[in-house]
Amino acid sequence: MYDLLTGPLLWLVFIVTFVGLIVRVVMYIRGLNWKLDRVAYRPHLGHGLKHAARSIVFFLIPFGTHSWRSRPLFTILFFAFHIGLLVTPIFLEAHNVMLEKSLGIRLPGLPAGVADMLAWTVVVGGLFMVLRRIAFSDVRILTTAYDYILIVISVAPFATGLIARYELGNYDFWLIAHILTGEIWLLALPFTKLSHVVLFFMSRMQLGMDYGIKRGGMKGTSMSW
Amino acid sequence: MPEGTLCNKQPINTDEQLKLVLNDKGGKQYYAEMEQLDVDTEKLWNTIQKTMKSRLKTWLEICAHCGLCSESCFLYQVNGRKPEQVPSYKIQSTLGEIVKKKGQVSNEFMRHCMDVAWSWCTCCNRCGQFCPHGIDMGVMFSYLRGLLYSQGFVPWELKIGSGMHRVYRAQMDVTTEDWVETCEWMAEENEEEWPGLEIPVDKEGADIMYTCNAREPKHYPEDLAEAAILFHVAGENWTVPSEGWEQTSLSMFAGDWECCKDNVENVYAAIERLKPKRAIGTECGHAHRATVIEGPYWVGREDGQPPVPFMHYVEWLLEALETGKIKIDPAKRIKEPVTLQDSCNYVRNQGLKNVTRKIIEYIVEPGYFREMAPNKEYNYCCGGGGGFNGIGKYRPQRNVALLKKLQQIQDTGAKLVIAPCHNCWDAIRDLEEEYEIGIRWSFLKPLVINMMIVPDHLKPEE
Repeated sequence: MYDLLTGPLLWLVFIVTFVGLIVRVVMYIRGLNWKLDRVAYRPHLGHGLKHAARSIVFFLIPFGTHSWRSRPLFTILFFAFHIGLLVTPIFLEAHNVMLEKSLGIRLPGLPAGVADMLAWTVVVGGLFMVLRRIAFSDVRILTTAYDYILIVISVAPFATGLIARYELGNYDFWLIAHILTGEIWLLALPFTKLSHVVLFFMSRMQLGMDYGIKRGGMKGTSMSW
Repeated sequence: MPEGTLCNKQPINTDEQLKLVLNDKGGKQYYAEMEQLDVDTEKLWNTIQKTMKSRLKTWLEICAHCGLCSESCFLYQVNGRKPEQVPSYKIQSTLGEIVKKKGQVSNEFMRHCMDVAWSWCTCCNRCGQFCPHGIDMGVMFSYLRGLLYSQGFVPWELKIGSGMHRVYRAQMDVTTEDWVETCEWMAEENEEEWPGLEIPVDKEGADIMYTCNAREPKHYPEDLAEAAILFHVAGENWTVPSEGWEQTSLSMFAGDWECCKDNVENVYAAIERLKPKRAIGTECGHAHRATVIEGPYWVGREDGQPPVPFMHYVEWLLEALETGKIKIDPAKRIKEPVTLQDSCNYVRNQGLKNVTRKIIEYIVEPGYFREMAPNKEYNYCCGGGGGFNGIGKYRPQRNVALLKKLQQIQDTGAKLVIAPCHNCWDAIRDLEEEYEIGIRWSFLKPLVINMMIVPDHLKPEE
């Protein structure tokens, strides 16, 4: 079971996920339409790209935008959650060992304590996201079951990973559960709203170009958006 | 009833039909007919499939439902922070549902969408600056308005407004003759005080072609005279076109995209005909947006630019002040607390925030200018944008919407509000009428005329 899940199935999952995400990016760009979007993408590509990069960079910096500064607690929660989600699986020592075994390469590993802390951040962050959705009426009205399922899909690999790591209960069971939930998470990336892992960049880039070309960028104003 | 006599899916294209709808006071029959109007669900879904490309599709799909847009919306704030007023909810529960149901929606639902699209959102685009995913609900509501218009679900005044543009190529029934006569009348009216004052019509190859808002010739002809006086004092070689002088677009508020294209083509045709070096538009935000920012796309200009450089009035005025074409008498500068209304349509949507502030430095005595909070591209809509000001059915909602601007103005302590945009000017006038907080409001033109130094050779002989 373990060999199947970490062998051929994992490869299949990786291929589907990455090809899926590339397809989403390509489809996004192909679906842009200067006339319908009312943005002259091509003739002012320089302006557009400059402001696209600016838009992405400032939203990737905690408190980098007016928007992030307007809700400091949410911003901290949001960045901690996302950093944990991204950094932990890529740099976890155990994953590195697997990577070295199959491809002979390795990435810098995270010290165990840091990895634990990051994984806990994701679990606790996920919990707070759920609580936030319940507590605030403006978020509650937007929330659907789909939003909760996505939080569960995103947090499950971390929760199961922590249980396995602390060897609570049957280690083999929780390890398999961890691998399975991790693969479900990867597969969900291109097919669900989690596609924002790439579409965030595309959408921000588009709005950055919109502001850069049409809404002030060409007038020499660096608008924050 | 598939189609009503007054309320139907057909745009108003004749004077006869226009008068028919116009005579239905307050749109009583019009709205009654709307309750019976069939939704052409097939056409609706076809249009969506053809026009909803990756930007809108992705926006609807990846909205994380995080609620970061809620506080960004002034309508959410002034309506008791009702969750239904969260921008993301507003668009997901209207356009989102239409898309989810592949256009299979009822008449009742379309009427609900109309209420939301025209009285819960002014398309001010402020929420777009707060969404981490770069989702701009203002853009989406504008799109929804187009869908609703094409199905006949549009407020009475905006159906008429876009009809006016279609029939008269102006937002009001100002004909070419009316316009040219008004130009002549205003020149005559003021020539005693301003010897040599002219409003040259259809002069070819002038440095400036001036365009305006049809409200000016119709209701405030002095605004046109003021523009003429300022060009005259600045020594500009300018003209107005007899056709293509109207740069507003109620059709943009109505979502009548075909008509938007026609309006702008008319202005651009005047540019091609008269070949001015550049064009200057009046103090109006939506007119600027329609003619300069969105217009090039409606007519299919690939570079997204009008045929010649086209400036908003504030840009010309700053240039005139900086080059010394217009000089201000320091003794006459404003010496009372004064604030500035940043118009969404040329500040948030074209970055002209610093231009207006530099003008303020010329015309306000240092120490008297009070910024609104928030300001510049983060300023709130005046409360009446996107057509909201003109729709009788939504007047109570519009009056609530004004409360944000009222609070912002009161917080500055200013008694005078400079509003270089017709729509903002109207909203601020209405808020004073409605709430009587003791403020005055003004365009830039009359303020500058009262404080400029008039060269001796332009003064009337004693």
